[in-house]
Amino acid sequence: MRSFGYVRATSVEEAARAFAARPGARYLGGGTNLVDLMKLGVERPDVLVDVSRLPLDRVEELPDGSLRVGATVRNSDLAAHPLVRDRYPALSQALLAGASGQLRNAATTGGNLLQRTRCPYFQDLSKPCNKREPGTGCGAREGVHRDHAVLGWSEQCIATHPSDMAVALAALDARVELYGDEGGREVPAAEFHRLPGDHPERDTVIRPGELITGVVLPTATGRVPSAYRKARDRASYAFALASVAAVLRVSDGAVAQAGLAFGGLAHRPWRAARAEEALVGGPATAQAFERAVDAELAAARPLRDNAYKVPLARALAVDVLTRLARAGAA
Amino acid sequence: MGSDMHDSTSGGPSGGGGGAPRGAGAGPPPEHRSATTLRVNGKPHTLLVDHRRVLLDVLREDLDLTGSKKGCDHGQCGACTVLVDGRRMNSCLLLAVSLDGSEITTIEGLAGDGEELHPLQRAFLDRDAFQCGYCTPGQICSAAGAMSEAAAGHPSHVTDPALPSGRPVPLDRAEIRERLSGNLCRCGAYPRIVEAVRDAAGQDAAGRTEGVIR
Ligand SMILES: Cc1cc2nc3c(=O)[nH]c(=O)nc-3n(C[C@H](O)[C@H](O)[C@H](O)COP(=O)(O)OP(=O)(O)OC[C@H]3O[C@@H](n4cnc5c(N)ncnc54)[C@H](O)[C@@H]3O)c2cc1C
Ligand code: SF4
Ligand code: FES
Ligand code: FES
Repeated sequence: MRSFGYVRATSVEEAARAFAARPGARYLGGGTNLVDLMKLGVERPDVLVDVSRLPLDRVEELPDGSLRVGATVRNSDLAAHPLVRDRYPALSQALLAGASGQLRNAATTGGNLLQRTRCPYFQDLSKPCNKREPGTGCGAREGVHRDHAVLGWSEQCIATHPSDMAVALAALDARVELYGDEGGREVPAAEFHRLPGDHPERDTVIRPGELITGVVLPTATGRVPSAYRKARDRASYAFALASVAAVLRVSDGAVAQAGLAFGGLAHRPWRAARAEEALVGGPATAQAFERAVDAELAAARPLRDNAYKVPLARALAVDVLTRLARAGAA
Repeated sequence: MGSDMHDSTSGGPSGGGGGAPRGAGAGPPPEHRSATTLRVNGKPHTLLVDHRRVLLDVLREDLDLTGSKKGCDHGQCGACTVLVDGRRMNSCLLLAVSLDGSEITTIEGLAGDGEELHPLQRAFLDRDAFQCGYCTPGQICSAAGAMSEAAAGHPSHVTDPALPSGRPVPLDRAEIRERLSGNLCRCGAYPRIVEAVRDAAGQDAAGRTEGVIR
């Protein structure tokens, strides 16, 4: 590992200034992804700006009833927070379906959103990878890609985004708060991550030096039934092969509100706008759910070895929607 | 990590030319070491740590606390689990410099000063919950953290979502298996590990064996 400087920031402004002062700077959250990638040589920062002790470690209810989650709130604390469990169960469930107890105690909200892909070629310096080193090619395209994308991939990159939390945030219409040169701005969580296109080296729309300060969970999805379900190779402590977060409000047997996002299928949490459109106003029945999910997954373009993801994602989504409809009706 | 880490100084008192971690801004090239104070098992240590050093290496190589084990060095096995300010974490992924001022508890300090073993250590012995023993310190520290989390009402992936927030979560077998899934055991001692944790969790609640168990 290359030597690097270390700065512990005590305010958001100081963190941004420290980052701007050195071209090779990286923010450090819990370090569970960044330190790992530094050991592998994928990340080679000149200086780490430690933001893990910034005073952004609270979950607070805003006057309008929305919930603001600070960027340094640890994944385990967010999952256990009573207001999150009660109002946004999909978020709590998504966090608890990810990583391990130890990792969730260290991992931060900001770091979770910005964790990099688990594509094995990305993590291996001896392999070509357009995301790690643009222009070198994609090792996974004709290689081992059972875990890779079926939606929205490009010839440049077929990686998936590994975060469970981000999938729930996308379905819940959360917003990501950012702070940078030009002050603060907000980006919808569903638009925070990008599709790879010709620039797979960019995972998100964050600008260089911008800091995630928090995430806002809106009132519109608070208290609406929601759930997260994940399929993986072992019962626990494994990344998603496919996952789904759903928000569903049923009124008089018809769908009044729907939010649906898939994980493990694309370079970003896949907000299923087409399915949502098909759902809202329609009957809350398994058949209607199947049709809506099929409308979304019709866009899937599986690779040689991952066609299994399409029926898997379909089954997960229909199951979660059906259960939410049943719970909502009860 | 490679042998390039061995230049990192340890044991020296603070001061000694270590870069102060505070104070950003353009200036001279950044220091690569900082004076860092860790309270380990109740004892303060101020070390001049190379920023690249992770807690696990500092514990094992500088402080001679070799109970915490290096299995994978990438957060994937749990053998390096310690308690940081009472919370379990993977010491292989924690930069020591980032922990300045923290309280670290390792397997060596879990039971405190006396001769008595920690109830989890006792239960692992009684249940014969290991074979080679390599994963055991991590399993025990992780179980200690998991028991505090459950007592504080933290849910897990298998907790009934209908369970009211804030209540202690009873540690049945399914809960223990899920909560300890971040600790792998190559010898496959899992069934006995689960029984050992059940014993300890039960005793912990009220000094009775079946306290928190359902
Ligand atoms: C073995 C293993 C299994 C895992 N399994 C899962 C899983 O099943 N599901 C899942 O979702 N995740 C999983 N993870 C990933 C884990 O969730 C992430 O590593 C963690 O959430 C990252 O958070 P962090 O605070 O540690 O980030 P860091 O490692 O500190 O940072 C990650 C990135 O974010 C940047 N960053 C951090 N904070 C900020 C900020 N406030 N503003 C701007 N940039 C910032 C850093 O510069 C870095 O680029 C697993 C990890 C491991 C090691
Ligand atoms: S899928 Fe993306 S991350 Fe993986 S090798 Fe190809 S370019 Fe790299
Ligand atoms: S050595 Fe830290 S998790 Fe394996
Ligand atoms: S006892 Fe050998 S690895 Fe667990």
